Amino acid sequence: MNKSSNEIVVALTGQPNAGKSTIFNALTGARQHVANYPGITVEKKTGTYRFNGHKTIVIDLPGTYSLTSYTQEERVARNFLLHDKPSAIIDVVDASNLERNLYLAFQLAEMGISMAISLNMMDVAQQRGLTINTKQLSNELSVPVVPTVGNKGTGIKDLREVIEQISKDKNASQPSLHLNYGKTLEPVLARIEKHLSEDMVISTHYPMRWLALKLMENDAEAQRLVRKHAKNKENILGNVTRERELFQTEQKQTAEQAIAIRRYEIAGGIVGRCVKREKEEEQTLTDRIDRIVCNRVTGPIFLAGILFLLYYLTMKIGGEYITPWAWKYWAMLRDVIANLLPAEGLIRSLLLSGIVDGVFAIMNYLPIFLILFLLIAILEDSGYMARIAFIMDRALRAFGLHGQSTLPMILGGVVMGGCAIPGVMATRAMKDQKARITTIMIIPLMNCMAKVPLYILLVSIFFKNHQAIMLWFMSLITLCIALIVASVMNLTILKREESEPFILEMPPYHLPTITGVVRRAIERTWLFVKKVITIIIAVAIVVWVFITFPGISNEKIAYYDGEANKFTEMFIEKTGEDNPYAKLLIGSGLKEFGQYWDRYKKQRMSTKNKNALKEKFNKENPEFFKIVNRGKGIDGKKDKQAKKIYGAYKKLDKKLKRLSIIRRKEVVYVSFAGRFGRFIEPVTKFAGFDWKTNIALASSFAAKENLIATLGTIYSVGNVTSGETLAKSMEEDTSETWTPLHALALMLFVALFPPCIATLIMIRVETKSTRWMLFATIYPIILGFIIAIIVFQGGQILGLTAIQVMIFLSIFIFTILTAIYFMGGRPAAMKIE
Amino acid sequence: MTLDQMKPGDECRIVKIDIQGITGQRMLDMGFIPGTAINVIRNAPLMDPIDIKIKGYMVALRRSEARAVEVNPS
Ligand SMILES: Nc1nc2c(ncn2[C@@H]2O[C@H](COP(=O)(O)OP(=O)(O)OP(=O)(O)O)[C@@H](O)[C@H]2O)c(=O)[nH]1
Ligand SMILES: [Mg+2]
Repeated sequence: MNKSSNEIVVALTGQPNAGKSTIFNALTGARQHVANYPGITVEKKTGTYRFNGHKTIVIDLPGTYSLTSYTQEERVARNFLLHDKPSAIIDVVDASNLERNLYLAFQLAEMGISMAISLNMMDVAQQRGLTINTKQLSNELSVPVVPTVGNKGTGIKDLREVIEQISKDKNASQPSLHLNYGKTLEPVLARIEKHLSEDMVISTHYPMRWLALKLMENDAEAQRLVRKHAKNKENILGNVTRERELFQTEQKQTAEQAIAIRRYEIAGGIVGRCVKREKEEEQTLTDRIDRIVCNRVTGPIFLAGILFLLYYLTMKIGGEYITPWAWKYWAMLRDVIANLLPAEGLIRSLLLSGIVDGVFAIMNYLPIFLILFLLIAILEDSGYMARIAFIMDRALRAFGLHGQSTLPMILGGVVMGGCAIPGVMATRAMKDQKARITTIMIIPLMNCMAKVPLYILLVSIFFKNHQAIMLWFMSLITLCIALIVASVMNLTILKREESEPFILEMPPYHLPTITGVVRRAIERTWLFVKKVITIIIAVAIVVWVFITFPGISNEKIAYYDGEANKFTEMFIEKTGEDNPYAKLLIGSGLKEFGQYWDRYKKQRMSTKNKNALKEKFNKENPEFFKIVNRGKGIDGKKDKQAKKIYGAYKKLDKKLKRLSIIRRKEVVYVSFAGRFGRFIEPVTKFAGFDWKTNIALASSFAAKENLIATLGTIYSVGNVTSGETLAKSMEEDTSETWTPLHALALMLFVALFPPCIATLIMIRVETKSTRWMLFATIYPIILGFIIAIIVFQGGQILGLTAIQVMIFLSIFIFTILTAIYFMGGRPAAMKIE
Repeated sequence: MTLDQMKPGDECRIVKIDIQGITGQRMLDMGFIPGTAINVIRNAPLMDPIDIKIKGYMVALRRSEARAVEVNPS
């Protein structure tokens, strides 16, 4: 890292859930993801603030219990301290867990960087009746100790001052804390240190004592460093191995055991001297809550209730009440944008049908996401997530998953409306590599929020009387299929991946803070919006090009234009030459009137004050107004001629609209996309997909949101903007050809369809493997197609209704699942390394 | 005796950890040190994992891991 003289680089370290990210946010004002769930921050994040004219760069490192090289977080944190050499370390210590936190503090001090302790969670310690003598603690550790309460911002100012101090005057703040590892270890460490210091390169690169300790602990990464940098590597490593073996035979324990025991001994001593317990530990609120929430009977009921509430609040409140309300405003905004666009032609069509409508079709679901994110944030902040892992572990382990798979799966959308991207990212908190890859592979099978609109659309058309049941069915069946996939993968391709221990801290509950929760919900929603605005726009343009070009032939264009003209001529003929209003509607007047008519109709629908609207339009053009007001003037006087025009124009308008739908369909039919869709139709028709569906499915590969957007474009009638009108036009358009069975097959296929490109990129990042990414792309297509064919063909051949097929499928899948659970569910034999 | 044989409500002290590598190291790091007191709090609804209290905090571990912790009931 580049450090100019004025810049300070501080690393925030600490154990999981100690409040590092909270302190980071308080220091920098940034919005780092905070949650009461160990292991939320999994990579380093950077923020800055200014203090006394110094620019201070803060790095939020992942939380670790220790600094070994066994896990990725520990390696990230350790390598940063080792190689990027920050000006100072702030070790965020959980005051209510001092002993365990000091264990890490000692190891940090050994890295030879200026250090101070942010003694966080002081309020929690106090509640538990602990009084901590911070002055003495500071003396014993010989580093500055600043008491803080991260979520209230207490002590942050002091912390900033201490940061400046210790980074400025290096020598004074070098941790003089020097742990004495006792008679048996010290001589060995001294010998190794001496040996190391004889090597020029390695002794200037790394803190000697730290390296000696790590080598004694048999740390693979430390050995790698020696191998890479030391001239005398064979000699050094051979020596260490001998020392280790000798120590083990003499002491009847390994060096790493002895080292850990010693660290805890010293930590225990310090805690004994610095912490006073004022009251005997009574039963805490957390204990009492856990008695119900983790109970054998009430626990699962509570969990089911929470998940149901999550569903209910997102789908019912968000979907049925807030979405329609919000839509009014979206529609207004869309009209404003539409009026800004050029009046006619290809550009307008691209901007409006391609981009604006694509984006708005998605924005329609924004309230649902916001509510979902709020609820998830509340769950995370409360501390309940770890309990979910505790309750779910045994059940999920039977399928090769892990209790911790629950959060990623929920984020991915076990409960309708997640997103695979945060889901895949959240697996990083999982230590068990095998379970982690399995989880990543099945997250895309969950019901991400981009799939949900399609479910809702189809369910509202084809399963009007069973909407809620169908949605439940979709989420349960996808979960069951995902579990089967997980266990099959575990027994086959993942057989050789490494498994890891399940040792999960259960943090105490606390009340989520409103600002924290709202902040995070908005942040996640914003992330989603950004994705919509970037990816969707790019894809919308491509899709638009593919469904617009090459376009229909000139003769066809002439034909359609001719038809339109014919209608118009007929209109003028019918109204009669002598009608005074007819003159107004000749030539450009007709177009002008058309726009006036559309505007009036639209505004009439959205306004409450009809009279004011009438006044306004009457003022603009009293003749036009009489026509649109069904032959009545503003004064209420009837005008027969105007009424006649009103009737005739209404008919004309309808005819022209119908003509433009037919024309639009023909354009899509001959377009590139239409050709492709028809080309694969012979295969996909077995699953019940026609060419229109094929186009939509292909475009959804880029981002699932496109599915509905593309359907919207293909089925667009004039101005399709909302899900509601899309539902209507699909209903009109598909009622002859589509059955509920088609809809069911399509929903299941979409449920299993490959993840969008953004998710695939995330999978590549998380697994660090292109092979896994490709696997995640291909297997869902095959699986989804097979299931769609089974459903569609099975239903047709046996003459079953969609609901019957759904019931059979559920029974079938559930049987397989139960078999797996009882066969593979026995606790795995312990592996002793 | 090993930790997985303890019942909810039992108290015990660690005698030794019979596992090395990552699991053993993690246990050491989290305070599973010989002599440390453990309270077994509860079983998960499906009997596994178990929830215990050690060094003033709560931690859940699977029975397969708990089996590596040799304890003395007290
Ligand atoms: N009562 C109390 N709660 C705090 C304090 N500081 C942080 N918290 C809460 O503790 C929880 C954990 O905070 P985080 O900042 O996510 O912890 P972290 O150290 O970044 O955790 P990881 O990234 O998972 O390692 C959150 O719910 C915070 O709101 C504090 O001083 N007092
Ligand atoms: Mg964090």
